[in-house]
This record gives sequence, C-alpha cells and structure tokens, in this order.
Amino acid sequence: MSLALNESAIAAAVNRLADQIFQAVGQETVDLVGIRSRGDEVAERVADALRAKGVSVRFGVLDISLYRDDLAHLSSNPKLQSSEIDFPIDESRVILVDDVIFTGRTIRAAFDALFDYGRPRVVELAVLIDRGHRELPIAPTYVGEYLETARLDHVVVSLQKTDGRDAVEIITKQ
Amino acid sequence: MARKDFLDIVSLDREEIIHLLDQAVPFKELFTRSVKKVPALKGKTVLMLFYEPSTRTLSSFEVAAKRLSADVTIFDVPHSSVTKGESVRDTIDTLQAMRADYIVVRHKLAGQPAAIARQTGASVINAGDGAHAHPTQALLDAFTLREVYPEMAGKKVVIMGDILHSRVARSTSTILDKLGVEVAFCGPGSLVPQTRFKRFTNYEEAMKWGPDAVYLLRVQKERMDQSFFPSDREYHNVYGITEERLKRIAGEGIYVMHPGPINRGVELCDGVLDYERCLISQQVENGIAARMSVLYDLKPQVS
Repeated sequence: MSLALNESAIAAAVNRLADQIFQAVGQETVDLVGIRSRGDEVAERVADALRAKGVSVRFGVLDISLYRDDLAHLSSNPKLQSSEIDFPIDESRVILVDDVIFTGRTIRAAFDALFDYGRPRVVELAVLIDRGHRELPIAPTYVGEYLETARLDHVVVSLQKTDGRDAVEIITKQ
Repeated sequence: MARKDFLDIVSLDREEIIHLLDQAVPFKELFTRSVKKVPALKGKTVLMLFYEPSTRTLSSFEVAAKRLSADVTIFDVPHSSVTKGESVRDTIDTLQAMRADYIVVRHKLAGQPAAIARQTGASVINAGDGAHAHPTQALLDAFTLREVYPEMAGKKVVIMGDILHSRVARSTSTILDKLGVEVAFCGPGSLVPQTRFKRFTNYEEAMKWGPDAVYLLRVQKERMDQSFFPSDREYHNVYGITEERLKRIAGEGIYVMHPGPINRGVELCDGVLDYERCLISQQVENGIAARMSVLYDLKPQVS
C-alpha cells in the first residue's frame, strides 16, 4: 500500500476543484450533490471553499445503492442510507460530487437517481480523483487530482468525518 | 452473506432487526418524492401466493414490490387448480417453471412457507402462516413504534385480544422483546397463554401497569360463534377502547395500534381513529417501507 495523497495534497485538490467551479459558475447559485459515501464529504469541503469565495451553494446528498447495476451480483446489498436533496432541482445547474471516478458506473447510477428528483438544466461532475479505466463514456467536468493506476489496483480514500483521517492510498494487486 | 428467506422473527438477531428497521427509513422517504419508484429489483419477479384471503397484506406487498420495479404476479389461489386438489408441492413445481425470484406466501398452516422455502431457490417471505408468525407485520409495528420512541428499550406495550390464536401477537411481541420493549398480554383468560411476558385478563389492570402503547388485535369474526367471545358489544365493553376509556388514554398520551382491518365498535370506538396518537394509518404506510426493506435485503438463489 502506498500513500498517493496526504492531508495537504487532499486539501490542495479540494481547492483546485473549488477554483475550477468558481471560474465556471461565477456568482451563479451552485447546487452541489455529493454521492454517498465520501462524495458527500468532498462536496461539503468544496461547498465551504466556494462559500468562502462568496458563492451561494445549496447542498444535497445522494445514495445511489438502489440504482446500482450490480445488485443482483452482490452477496449482500449495500446498506441503504437516506438521500437528502431538499431543494427543487428542476432547471438548476447541478454538480455531482464524488471522491473517485473509476469505471463510471457509479455516476451512471447517480444520473438515474438524480433524475428521479427532477430535470436539471445542466448536470456536471466534480471528482477529487480521476484514476482512469472508464467502462462508460463519462468524463468529469472538474478534477482535483489525476492518479495513474492499474486496472486492478484499489484506490482507498479516507476522509476525516467518515474515517477519522485524510489520506488516499493505492493498494497494488500482486 | 444475506439471507435467502424471511420466515419469522425468532431467528433474527437484534442487529438484523435494527438493520431492516434502519433501512426502511430511506424507503419511506421515497414516498414523498414525485417518483416513488426505484430500479433495485428491475427484471425480478415477485409472486404472491396467498392461500388465505387478504387484501391489505397482499396490496402492501404488491405496492412494495412495484416501487422496487419488480414484476408482480398474483397467483389467485381460490380460483386456481389448488382448489381442484393440486398439492402445494405440485403448485411450487409449476411456479418454479415461472422462474419467480421472490415468493410471498400466506397459508393457514403454520410452517408451510418454510416448507416452500426448502423446495425453491427463490426467496420466500412469510406473509402469515396459521397462528405461527407474521414477521413483516412485526417489522412494520416495530418501525411505527420506533418513529415515536426512537429509543424503544424500556417502553411498555400491552397487546390486547385473542393472544392464543394470533400470529400478529406472536411475531410482534417477539420483535418488541428483542428491541428491549416490555410486553404484556391482555385478554380473556382462556385466550392468553402463560408466557414469559406479563399477563392480564382485566383491561383496567393492564392500564394500571402504565403502557406507552396499546396494541389491539383484530377480533376474528370467524371465531365469534365459538364460545370465546359472546358478542361484539360485550367484547367492546370488556376489552375494547370505548369512548369512556379513550378519554383516559388521551389523558395519559398512550399510543394506539392495530394491524387492521379494524372492527368499529368492537376493538375500538370511532373516536380512536381521530385520536392524535392513533398510529393505525401510519402502520399501513410503514408496512410498504418495511416490506421494501425486506425485499431489498434478501438474496434469491436462482440462476
């Protein structure tokens, strides 16, 4: 297991995300929707950084478990948690936020989940880490950091509120 | 590793119960969205096999399965070849060919859902078997009580009525006990078995015990002609919530529950339905969420 990003590198990646989003949206209200789990924590940090720049942010959380395409293949289903999007997303600019983009399947599921809440005008995607190896034609709009990985590597993201510390590690499959 | 079947409450441990209750919360939250459906069971088939008539439980399971995007087939037993003498076993073999992923079974014989579960790779859910168990009812009851008492341990619930013949009493008392709720039974002496739970045969004494909720069992009219309950009116006066008793219940803020369908003027007077701490309609809504939680949690072993 090797450390790919430490605490300060994660903070820098979050700031890069906030900067990119700020440049793109200006003073427009931003709807950040974090994908459970850990995407919500990344979204919270980006929201704080944007608010510090004077951007008004609405914040939501999406649990995509019920929309996964692999439920029938799992030996037990992921524990379901609440989705909390308590603002109308019709005609809004929604930025989905996740910790890592890999195959793109989570984001595919997130689109379906999001569209059951309404019809946004624009949907964009912000990820803390893009590790490559997409299986679907999905590309993030905003990226905090790119990591070069092998297909079978595990990228383990730990964040303060969820895991008690900040780190991104790569476990190499032998 | 997830379970294949959901047959009773006794074989669940506390953690599994809490897991199912926790998981029912996000399902209930879906009901307030404009799109109430999620694709979790898309392409799966849920078969309703009801050997005993039931409108509520059947509809509740049907709505739950449809909100998970499953296809639902209702095997209409009273009009099927079962009435022509086909055995349950032969019926299951036929149903196997239909490749159901989930089978929801209600049967008048205790143990029949478990027998079916052994015979099929499909996930079997017990929707009530004889006087044995009604585990999804228990789950929705616990869920409903937990909404008003998030910390359930130490709360007191008295279950009122024909305890002996009630699968609801059996399953609901078991789940509440596992969650640390103090349970008491109250009813006519011949219909309240000796168990480890507190036992009352007198309504007033049961209320003196200080329950936080009263759970009224449905009087099964089909038993009325037996010598257990002399008449509707007498039952109402002895074990029912009368207008007079409702005042005291309201004064003490006691919650009222009932599995439905209710018999007005027997288990309860009309006023109970307008009482702000009557949980009966919440039980119906929560039944869908609880059943979605169960369906989502099981793993059929079919290829």
